[in-house]
Amino acid sequence: MNLFRLSLAYLRRNALSALLNVLLLALGIATITVLLLFSYQVEQRLTRDAADIDMVVGAKGSPMQLILSSVFHIDVPTGNIPLHEARWVQNHPLVAGTIPLALGDSYRGFRIVGTTPRYVRHYGGAPAGGSLWDDDMEAVLGARVAERTGLGVGDRFAGVHGITGGEAVGGEVHEDHPYTVTGVLRHTNSVLDRLILVSVPSVWKVHGYDHEAGLGPEHEHAGGRPAQDGAVDGNGDAQSDDEGAQGPDDERELTALLVQYQSPLAAVTLPRVINSRGPLQAAAPAYETARLMQMMGIGLDTLRAFGWVLVIAAGLGVFIGLYNALKDRRYDLAQMRTLGASRRRLFNHILTEAIMLAVMGALLGLALGHVAAEVLGQSFRQTQQLEITGAVFLTQELWLVGLAVAVGIVAAVIPAVQAYRTDIAETLGRGR
Amino acid sequence: MLGIRDVTHRYRDGTTITLPNWQAQDGEHWALLGPSGSGKTTLLHILGGLLRPQRGQVFIGERRLDQLGERALDQFRGQHIGVVFQTLHLVDALTVENNLRLARYFAGLSQDRNQILEVLDRLGVAEVARHHPHRLSQGQAQRVALARAIINEPAVILADEPTSALDDKTCQQVLELLTAQALACHATLVIATHDARVRGVLEHALELEPAE
Ligand SMILES: Nc1ncnc2c1ncn2[C@@H]1O[C@H](COP(=O)(O)OP(=O)(O)O)[C@@H](O)[C@H]1O
Ligand SMILES: [Mg+2]
Repeated sequence: MNLFRLSLAYLRRNALSALLNVLLLALGIATITVLLLFSYQVEQRLTRDAADIDMVVGAKGSPMQLILSSVFHIDVPTGNIPLHEARWVQNHPLVAGTIPLALGDSYRGFRIVGTTPRYVRHYGGAPAGGSLWDDDMEAVLGARVAERTGLGVGDRFAGVHGITGGEAVGGEVHEDHPYTVTGVLRHTNSVLDRLILVSVPSVWKVHGYDHEAGLGPEHEHAGGRPAQDGAVDGNGDAQSDDEGAQGPDDERELTALLVQYQSPLAAVTLPRVINSRGPLQAAAPAYETARLMQMMGIGLDTLRAFGWVLVIAAGLGVFIGLYNALKDRRYDLAQMRTLGASRRRLFNHILTEAIMLAVMGALLGLALGHVAAEVLGQSFRQTQQLEITGAVFLTQELWLVGLAVAVGIVAAVIPAVQAYRTDIAETLGRGR
Repeated sequence: MLGIRDVTHRYRDGTTITLPNWQAQDGEHWALLGPSGSGKTTLLHILGGLLRPQRGQVFIGERRLDQLGERALDQFRGQHIGVVFQTLHLVDALTVENNLRLARYFAGLSQDRNQILEVLDRLGVAEVARHHPHRLSQGQAQRVALARAIINEPAVILADEPTSALDDKTCQQVLELLTAQALACHATLVIATHDARVRGVLEHALELEPAE
């Protein structure tokens, strides 16, 4: 026999009310746990996806939309920007490096992104099989895309016009411009996993801006391939391009440029300069992400408060249960003192009972929370870019257990003090 | 040796009980007699360390209970005193066996299952070891309460009105059990009762005067 088993025996006797309190507590803790897991993973993901991108340049519109569409690939783009404007940004002395993005098509709900290998490197991506593209109409699949579509190296597929919606996109299929898969990327736990990556000229080609192929709607270009990875990349690690023919009448466009500053000072002037250029807009991922988290935070706070209400209600239930039971138990308590139990023992006995309820409720709540996060995550996975899982464990959860125990202790203090005060002679002398 | 000297206790409501000087030698069996309200229960509680008298000395062996600290008194009570109340106060949340274990635990003594079963066996209730008290007959419950009082082999066994609610035959049995078990543990036995049937049974008796 010990206090633990003694308290357990009393809990067993009042199993129903104990169970109700445990469940109530568990629901509260589960709610808070789900929110914790969600906001943590969303924040992780947003931070990771936006890491080391100082600025995004795209078409005028909502800066939030620009960030959502070109960094997180959730929203539709604000529009496109002319290639020569992009080049201007790229050549600006305050700009250290840029990554071009050309959006427009998708395959079974996954976006086809015209970009440069630098984009893959930016997220630490590397081929798990095959290699990166080195020619137009070659595609590299993010890990999740490969899993979902079943495509592998050597397979061919055709993009669908439009990037919104899931697999049921009714857009025009670019049958005449199929891509060939040259590589599949490893998991990066970044936005890369859900993208299909191709060269920028591939996107132009599909949309008829390819001059070489003679599909350019207005005019012809003299030399070979009009724009190379390296040229747009600014790294110059591919071929040099025929800049000469560039001009405002060039039809070719990019959707956005991901920009890294030359120095922190650039943040002061560059966005203003860019915003003053006709079609361009500059947006800071850090700022917009913070804004996004804040907006989301308000909704989450409400839910979290609801979770705490449940926890407090459970605490109240524990208090009422113990307090009422104490009337019946005062003879037991006096008898225990007769058997040699000290006042402290009785105090701890009541406290142990509440702590046991709290720990059971908290652990059940954590388990429920993780299961719920996993189930919700699974159902989100079908439709959303975000991948939420229940298999993430945070140190805050330990805090949650601690707080639940604290609630239990607070609930038990008054009954425990009453137990402490049990007067043996008074109780047993007159009690019949 | 068990005894009191110059003991007066005043309850919170002002009721004051003055008890006669009295002492018993080790192993003696005493009946504590007197009408209702004469202070028998009060004396028993004082002897059991359940109540601290306002004034006076309480001896058990070499110890002065009135001088022990709170924690020391708790421990002393657990280890050396066994009490059977009229209402048995068995802990219903626990099995019979665990009720006895509880007595060992609170006294800070080892919890040997064989010893517990042996004591239950001695009192003829080993077969209900796993039952909860509410399933016991009155007679079984009596025996279990007595088993719990003697499980720690106390120096003193105190019983408050153990026979009052019982018929003659059961009364006889309970008295026999009490005396037999006290003999077995070489314990001093004090039975407080207003039950006239107890009068001739024990070798010693202390009469308390009715309160005026
Ligand atoms: N807890 C108490 N508070 C106040 N008075 C009490 C208390 N217990 C007993 N008394 C009073 O003390 C006197 C002696 O009571 P008690 O020791 O129970 O006598 P007995 O056991 O002989 O019937 C009675 O007058 C009773 O009313
Ligand atoms: Mg009495």
